Order: sequence, then C-alpha cells, then structure tokens
Amino acid sequence: MKSEVETQPVSRSRGRWLGAFVFLSPGLAYLVVLMLVPLALVFSYTVFQRGRFGGVVYEFTTENFERLFDPLYLNVLGDSLKIAALTTLIALLIGYPTAYLIAQLPKRWKTLALVAVVLPFWTNFIIRVYAWTILLSGPGLVNSALAKIGLGPYELLYNQGTIVAGLLYSYLPLMVLPLYAAIEKLDPQLREASANLGASGFTTFRKVTLPLTVPGVLTGSLFVFVPSFGNFVIPEMLGGSKSIMVGNLIRDQFLSARDWPFGATLSLVLIALLVVLLILQAWAARRA
Amino acid sequence: MRRPKLLYVPFWLTFVFLYLPIAVLVFMSFNSGESAYSFDGFSLKWYGVLAEDEKIRDGLVNTLIVATGSTVIATVLGTMLAVGLARYTRSKVMDALVLMPAVLPDLVLAIGLLVFYGTIQLTLGLYSVVLAHGLFAMAFVAAVVRTRLTGADTSLEEASRDLGAGPVVTFMKVTLPQLMPGIVAGAMLAFTLSLDEFVIAFFTIGNNDQTLPIVIYSMIRFGVTPKINALAAILLLVSFTAVIAGQRLTKIGETRAQD
Repeated sequence: MKSEVETQPVSRSRGRWLGAFVFLSPGLAYLVVLMLVPLALVFSYTVFQRGRFGGVVYEFTTENFERLFDPLYLNVLGDSLKIAALTTLIALLIGYPTAYLIAQLPKRWKTLALVAVVLPFWTNFIIRVYAWTILLSGPGLVNSALAKIGLGPYELLYNQGTIVAGLLYSYLPLMVLPLYAAIEKLDPQLREASANLGASGFTTFRKVTLPLTVPGVLTGSLFVFVPSFGNFVIPEMLGGSKSIMVGNLIRDQFLSARDWPFGATLSLVLIALLVVLLILQAWAARRA
Repeated sequence: MRRPKLLYVPFWLTFVFLYLPIAVLVFMSFNSGESAYSFDGFSLKWYGVLAEDEKIRDGLVNTLIVATGSTVIATVLGTMLAVGLARYTRSKVMDALVLMPAVLPDLVLAIGLLVFYGTIQLTLGLYSVVLAHGLFAMAFVAAVVRTRLTGADTSLEEASRDLGAGPVVTFMKVTLPQLMPGIVAGAMLAFTLSLDEFVIAFFTIGNNDQTLPIVIYSMIRFGVTPKINALAAILLLVSFTAVIAGQRLTKIGETRAQD
C-alpha cells in the first residue's frame, strides 16, 4: 500500500500547489477553527484563575496543577486508571480467543461473526448502558434467576465491578477488531513450522502467534483504555453516586462547579496520558 | 488449521455477553405492566405511549437535523481532504491532524468546543452541534475515502489529462465517480455516528433543544419505564437494519467499481 502512495504522480508544476490549496484549505480551516483554537484555549486556561462566578480571570497561577496532587483528586485519577486498566485486561483476555477463533472460521461464517461482534457497537451507547441496569437491577433478570435457586437478592449495580462490566460491554468490539486484523494477517505456515519442529500448541502461541500480533494487542488496548479512562456516562449510570471517575470530575468542573481552569487542567491530564500511550504504542509496535 | 476446543468457551461467552442485555431489553419492552424490571404479560401498549410522546418526537427530529447537517459538512470537506492528502501532499503531520478529531477523547473535544463557543459568545443550539459533529465525522469520511484512493488506479486520471481534460473536468468525471462507493460509505458512517453521539451533543447543545440520546439520558435519570424499553427496541432495530443494509451497499458498490 505504501509504495502505491509514493509512486502516485505528484505534478511538478504550480498546479500542485493550487490543487493542494483548493482541496485542503476548507477542511484545514475547519480543523483549525473548531479543534486547534478550542484546544489551545482550554490549555491556556490551565494557568489562569477561576472567576468568582465561573469564567476565567486572566491572572497567572500554578494552583490548578497543585490541586491535582490533592489526595481527593489523586484518588479519582487512581481509580480511573485502575478501572480502565482492568477493563482493558479483561477485554484482552476475552477478545483474543474470540478474535483468534473468528480468524480461523470459514469465510462465510467469518463475515457473519465479525458483523455480530460489531453490531451492538452501532447501537446507541446510552441504550447499551441502560440495558445493563435492566439486567442487574434489584428485581432484574439476574436476581430473579438467582432467586429461583435460592440465592440473593444482591445489589449488583452501583459498584466499580459494574462499571468495568459496562465499559467492557461498550468497548469490547474495539478490542476484537484490531486483534482479528492482526491474527488474520499471520501466515499459517509459521504456526505449522512451529508445530513441525515439535512445539506444543501453547508454546506455538507464546513464541509465534502472540509476539507477531503484539501490534494488534497494543492497538486494541489503546482503543479500549482511552474511552474507558475518560468516560463519565457509565460511572454515572452504573456506578452510583459513590463512584467518580476523572470524566465525571471534568464534567462537573465545566457544568456545575463552573471551575473551568481546573476542569481544563484535568483534561490536560487526559490528553497527556493519551500522548504517552500513543508514544509507547508506536515504540512497542516498532520493536515487535 | 487446528481450532482448540477450549477457545469456543470465550468465543460463545463474548456473544452471550454482547447480546443478552439487548435481548432482555427488547423482551421487557413488550411488558404489559408498569415495571421496567418484572414481566407481567405481553402487550404493545408502550409502543403506543411512545408514539404520542412529544419530547421523543422533537428529539428524533433534532437528531435527524443534526445528523443530516453534519453529514453534509463532513462528506464534502472529508472527501476534499482525502483527495488533497492523497494527490497533492505527502505530509504526515497533515495526515495526523486530519485524523485527530477521531482519536481525541470525545470529552476533550466537547469541552474544547464548549469553551470556544463561550469565548466567541455563540448562543448554543442545534447548529453548534451540527458544527461539532461535522468535525469528528469529517475525520472518519476522510479516512474511509483515503483508503479507497490509496488503492485506486491513477491511470484513468492520467488518461483523462492526456486526452485534454482539465483538472476540474478530470476530478468531476473520473476521480469522483471512482470514489463514489467510498464517499457513500463515509457519509453513512458519518450519519450513524452523529445519530448515536452523546457526549459532544450534551456539552454543545444548550438548554432549549435535545437530541434523542440526550432525551433518553434524561428520561432514564427520572426513572425507568417500559416506554424507554420500547424506544430502545425500535432504535436497536433501526441501527441493526442500517448496518446490515450498509454492509450490502458497500459490497454492491465494490463489485460495481470493479466492473
């Protein structure tokens, strides 16, 4: 694919610059006005003070960054990291075998299985989260089933485990797809060679399949981790009032506490984490 | 190729996990009782209640307005960006910039826009959501069209130029028709993404209008009734149909393009 891009004729005349300008400038202008300028604004707020009634007072302060180290907020950040990491790990543990099996299916079934994995992802996010409250609520299906065998009722909603389940439910397809793509690309002869040389199924997996699919693992993990970490809808709907993740904190700073500078600082943390992860991913993918 | 039996456990678990909550939700929408949790008997009455709900009707209309507007913006600008990037520059930085709205956490994009709209003192409404959805949808359209362009054969374009057609005619008569399946797929993706998008709309819509996801969100916060289940069941049906139809369409488009 890469070579095709590079062999494309790039005309040497002034027409090239005109073409680039005509095609690119409307979209780029849109990106600058609605993305780069807003992001620059948000990041500039991190060094200013909050106004008494919301808004921003343009006086320099480092107070917003100092507040990040308040144990209260450190706890929220720690919880968010823990929940997002746990979600990613479970998604990987379920997603890998699923993707592996799909990649081995006959073509017909392969397409069907892939569509079936992605289908729930294309339905409204709020509805998918809501479906869990129906399933897990006090008088819901799970508790009714448990009652039949003489157990419960349990409070299944409103804890960190439920948040992990909801996040997993929402983002599992984002793990399966890149894993599938990576496993599908593998040359089956490599595995056969490994087996012929006497390696057991597990050894082949550990020494051949897994190392070669590391880029897929990383992409999938990133796709699951990032939206999980910054989520505020799922913690609110499934986690109850005690569970706050960094997304809830950011939302509250902007919509109720009206402390935009601190909200902006928290968003900077979100972006910084994303950038670190992207760099790590690129580095690890190159090594693999 | 060997398929270890043990793998079937997580495989089926995945599908049960993905479909059980949805199935229960659809089942409960046919409840005749008042409760969203315990099934009393079969009835379609909540679908009737739903049809008369004005908030939901308004939400639906707003959602369609936003999705249509943002799809138009995203498709036009996204396609142009894709063509520009594939044919006129080789800048990796620009590539990354165009994809950025799709990669950034939606919450960050949402507050960025909220702050920006606040700074220029724009009154929030449907159009502020149209602009916002256009932004991230544009990235997806550009990515989809770009993929098609990278694989496309440039000999037709060259032939057109050699035969004396100018760049505009070549673009309109040769490049664009070749790209059509990609553009349609991108536009459908943009439309669906906008229909379902919640976080950005939640921050940029203001107090007077609501899109459907926001209506559902606030309904759930007020308490759960089978009415929401009925709405959810309909939306599930709509998006399932759309995705499957989209699959078929892209397939047809691809076979046609190959002919």
